[in-house]
Amino acid sequence: MPVVEYAGSSIEVNDEGFLVDSSQWTPEVAEAIATGNGIDELNDQHWKVITFCREDAAKQGTPPGLRRISKNSGVNMKELYQLFPKGPGKLAAMVSGLPKPQGCI
Amino acid sequence: MKNFVILGAGTAGTTVANMLRRKLPSDWSLKIIDPDTDHLFQPDLIFIPFEMQTPEKTIRPRKGTLGKGIEWIQRPVQRVDADKNQVILDGDERVPYDLLVIATGSHIRPEETPGLLGDEWQKSIFDFYTLEGSVALRDALKKFEGGRVVVNTVEMPIKCPVAPLEITFLAESFFTEKGIRDNVELTYVTPLDGAFTKPIAAKALGGILDDRDIKVEAEYNASEVDVDRKVLRSYDERDIPFDMLITIPTHMGAGFIEESGLGDELAFIPTHRHSLIADNHDNIFVLGDATDLPTSKAGSVAHFQAEVVVDNVMHLIKGESPKAVFDGHANCFIESGYGRAMLIDFNYDQEPLPGVYPLPTVGPFPLLKESRFNHWGKLMFRHVYWHALLPGHPIPVPNHMSMVGKKRPGKLTTDAELAS
Repeated sequence: MPVVEYAGSSIEVNDEGFLVDSSQWTPEVAEAIATGNGIDELNDQHWKVITFCREDAAKQGTPPGLRRISKNSGVNMKELYQLFPKGPGKLAAMVSGLPKPQGCI
Repeated sequence: MKNFVILGAGTAGTTVANMLRRKLPSDWSLKIIDPDTDHLFQPDLIFIPFEMQTPEKTIRPRKGTLGKGIEWIQRPVQRVDADKNQVILDGDERVPYDLLVIATGSHIRPEETPGLLGDEWQKSIFDFYTLEGSVALRDALKKFEGGRVVVNTVEMPIKCPVAPLEITFLAESFFTEKGIRDNVELTYVTPLDGAFTKPIAAKALGGILDDRDIKVEAEYNASEVDVDRKVLRSYDERDIPFDMLITIPTHMGAGFIEESGLGDELAFIPTHRHSLIADNHDNIFVLGDATDLPTSKAGSVAHFQAEVVVDNVMHLIKGESPKAVFDGHANCFIESGYGRAMLIDFNYDQEPLPGVYPLPTVGPFPLLKESRFNHWGKLMFRHVYWHALLPGHPIPVPNHMSMVGKKRPGKLTTDAELAS
């Protein structure tokens, strides 16, 4: 597994850039991942999404889907696409230090 | 007299009812509530469009699936009043319970996506998760001579997460055998980041779509259908034109769950991942597709969970703590067309691996690999379903997922090795 330097810490990530160990996540790590993936700066709306994703995943054992995020974080679907361009489900999970949303195969 | 009530007589509810009728003490009554006259064998819905199964053979009268000692109330549920321990039927009739099982499944909600239920519904837009949808798709495929066929999963989670792949493979094989494959452009459109998202499966099977000239449009969240232009549109405004759209619409739990305030945003019920007790109500069990658990919504899961629920019910009745544990175990055959199928076996923690199932070395079913054996296995399962699984008889596969027979790429793993 590759190891990257984020905000002065060595963080283990998988081949696609998702954190291997969610407990290594810090807000500074989130900023670093965001910058590396086309987000200039994390604003309050980003943080609403990230906070919800982390809390929800801790309970559910899996990253939340887009509908779940938009219904519960106070950020609607259209804005999710602006905040996390292209694939908000995947990118929000990555910035939140969670595994990629997956199917069963 | 104490009351045990089960909502929903599908795979999960029927199996639990038939297991419990032999186990509940004599001072317990056993009721199951379901409005539908017939029991539908849902795995056959993917075969109907390709005339590999008839609609008549996929249903049986519900009456014959429920054993002696089970009282069937053939009425729709309006609401559950969990504070008063009552199920409320139409006309405000109340059915009290001491213990309740909710097994009312997951249902397609095409109305959640604007345009799906418009003028093109069942003309050029089809679902295959209902008997009517599957039959309408069959009739359209009979007349279909070519064009753009799009298979789209609107959002996750869905029942039988491999079904979109299966319908795509079966359609590809169907068009080839019909001699019109060259006239068909087939596109698999998924909200996930690929057709295969687990690393080992992606490695083992990733080439299969390319080999069959099936295009993949990934990370696609459908927002609406432009019915006039016959175009599927996403939130990030990617347009996909179609001549035939096979949609896997949004899935949600039963309507009364929203009414009762028991569900999440998709009306799936927050459930303890191991005990299968509802998070907020310790006398309600939830199993099958109705839960919010991160395992597949699949018949095999309903079956493995039924054994856990029944064990835990008996613990509670004896005044013990619920000791039985569900591990997320699922296994599924995946039809891959041309008379072959794949098989996967996995749980909460272990992604699908190659190897053989259920016995080491002899199998007979190869995992994560196409084989005729697996296709026959899927067909044979019809018999097992009606005659062993649904009546609640033991089935000779382990309840918990086992590593025996599975092979991590590069290394053989056994339960003994894992324990050491």
